[in-house]
Amino acid sequence: MKKISILLIILSGLLVSCKKETITPPEPFPTSIVNDTTGFLEIHIGNVVNGAPLSLSTATYVSASNDTFSVDIFKYYISNVKLVSVSGHTYTEAESYYFVNQADPNTLHLMVKKIPSEQYASINFLIGVDSVRNFSGAQSGALDPINDMFWDWNTGYIMAKMEGHSPQSTQLTKKLVYHIGGYGGKFKGIRQVSLSFPNNAIVTKNHTPILSLQADLYKWFISPNFSDFNTASVITGIGNESSAMADNYATMFSVISVTN
Amino acid sequence: MKKILFISFLAVVIVSCSVDPEIKPAVTAESVKEIIPPGWPTPHYNFNNNPLTLDGFTLGRNLFYDPILSSNNAISCGSCHQQFAAFSNSGHDFSHGINGLLGNRNAPAIQNLNWNPYFMHDGGILNIEVMPLGPITNPVEMNESLSNVIQKLSTSNKYRQLFTKAYGNDTINSQRIFKAIAQFMGTMYSYNSKYDNVKSGKDNFTTQEQSGYNLFVQKCASCHKEPLFSDYNFRNIGLSVNIALHDSGRARITGNPLDKYKFKTPSLRNIEKTAPYMHDGRFYTLDQCLTHYISGIVSSPTLDPQLSSGITMTIQEKNDIIVFLKTLTDTKFLTDYRYSEIH
Repeated sequence: MKKISILLIILSGLLVSCKKETITPPEPFPTSIVNDTTGFLEIHIGNVVNGAPLSLSTATYVSASNDTFSVDIFKYYISNVKLVSVSGHTYTEAESYYFVNQADPNTLHLMVKKIPSEQYASINFLIGVDSVRNFSGAQSGALDPINDMFWDWNTGYIMAKMEGHSPQSTQLTKKLVYHIGGYGGKFKGIRQVSLSFPNNAIVTKNHTPILSLQADLYKWFISPNFSDFNTASVITGIGNESSAMADNYATMFSVISVTN
Repeated sequence: MKKILFISFLAVVIVSCSVDPEIKPAVTAESVKEIIPPGWPTPHYNFNNNPLTLDGFTLGRNLFYDPILSSNNAISCGSCHQQFAAFSNSGHDFSHGINGLLGNRNAPAIQNLNWNPYFMHDGGILNIEVMPLGPITNPVEMNESLSNVIQKLSTSNKYRQLFTKAYGNDTINSQRIFKAIAQFMGTMYSYNSKYDNVKSGKDNFTTQEQSGYNLFVQKCASCHKEPLFSDYNFRNIGLSVNIALHDSGRARITGNPLDKYKFKTPSLRNIEKTAPYMHDGRFYTLDQCLTHYISGIVSSPTLDPQLSSGITMTIQEKNDIIVFLKTLTDTKFLTDYRYSEIH
């Protein structure tokens, strides 16, 4: 009995010291995991237009309204990633902020961290940055305003941004400019996305499954709010138009595959 | 004899003009601290997540006065926020940005910012730390990108040293820049006016000041609430709409038509020094401001209900109020070397 209690005391001491270590400054990514039982999920994002891979500036695409257009900038935030396991547990990633920028291939690969070893059946996340981080002062990393995704005239993140050109644009420059933001009040740019996996993603300490997602820019202009470039060439404020576009981009993600 | 007098006068002028800026006293660590004057409410911003230090403050002070933050290295924060004008832009309805470009709103005073729940005339900015992003990147103000600012600061030995002192290493990023400027601006406290001294029993109002104060409490203080002299609400005070600017004010931020032409109630501290007045700097004197409330109110659907029939006051009452408003001038703040330009 005595032996067991001593062992327990030593063990609890070890646990405490392990816990302390996890609080030390953000670990360099993606080095070893402190907790033995957690693993990673790698997410690959392919940005497309109506199924065709997105190439910036050079390629032209045709919208649902039959307008031709090209894309110069395509950026958005993904935050608050949650994974739901087959046994019904939800894993909520801490400090879960990802900046996706078509111009920077590195940002198309996300690594979800510290996931308990389980089989996962679906994923939830926000397009955009949760409301609290919008007004919490100067941020760093993915949320650094240097990414040009933070408004300077109105506090808050641009949740998703698309810029391009179309002959149908009403602008003299023929530009298309969509900066969709808003984190509170009536008009928000944040949208919840929930996606089921075709097969379970098996996360273990030694095994990192790959979730392949597709984000289709084509969806920004179809449903539920059909829009053509002639009616809305520029949306940069907060209002019905920005909200309608956010409702559209909420539908842009789909799961291509889960590879174990 | 007259000539000699003139020459000696000239000599004095020359000497006073060439005062060596180096003789300014050094800022002490003890003088950089968070202050909540007695009787003031809890501030919205504190330094819990931005530990206040002399080195952080000094970095912020350097950045505030350095035109390196602008695209042509010509405009600093201090260009349009001058200490003698309580960090407003003296004599300018609209400030001049790079290449002489004009903005469309009057540069507000900087003082007691930690009590501001939001910034800018329309309250669009919600945290003092990200406030400088607007003026730095605005094409008609400093017109610079954050990445250029960081690149320029990173190639400066002076700044690598200042960042190292403030943060322990010379990593320069926007978060560090913003937090340092917040340390400088957030410690610009004005609480030593004659009004404050009267309140704390160290001084007395003159008869006219006292009369003006009584009238102020009666007629103005519901919006210009003591001790900060603002309720930080948004109100349409019946200013005629400038068609050329068509500034919808708060409605631009909320998208709500009921907020059209509403602007944040400004603090009246140091009001004697912050002319011109109103969000567009249309009034150059306090007399014009008060006359507006007496007879200039333009009715519109979003006009503040308290102003539907203007504010009644006699000429004498108006003058008394103006005399009282001048007791809000805080000379100690306006000349405090800690906030002055670094040469």
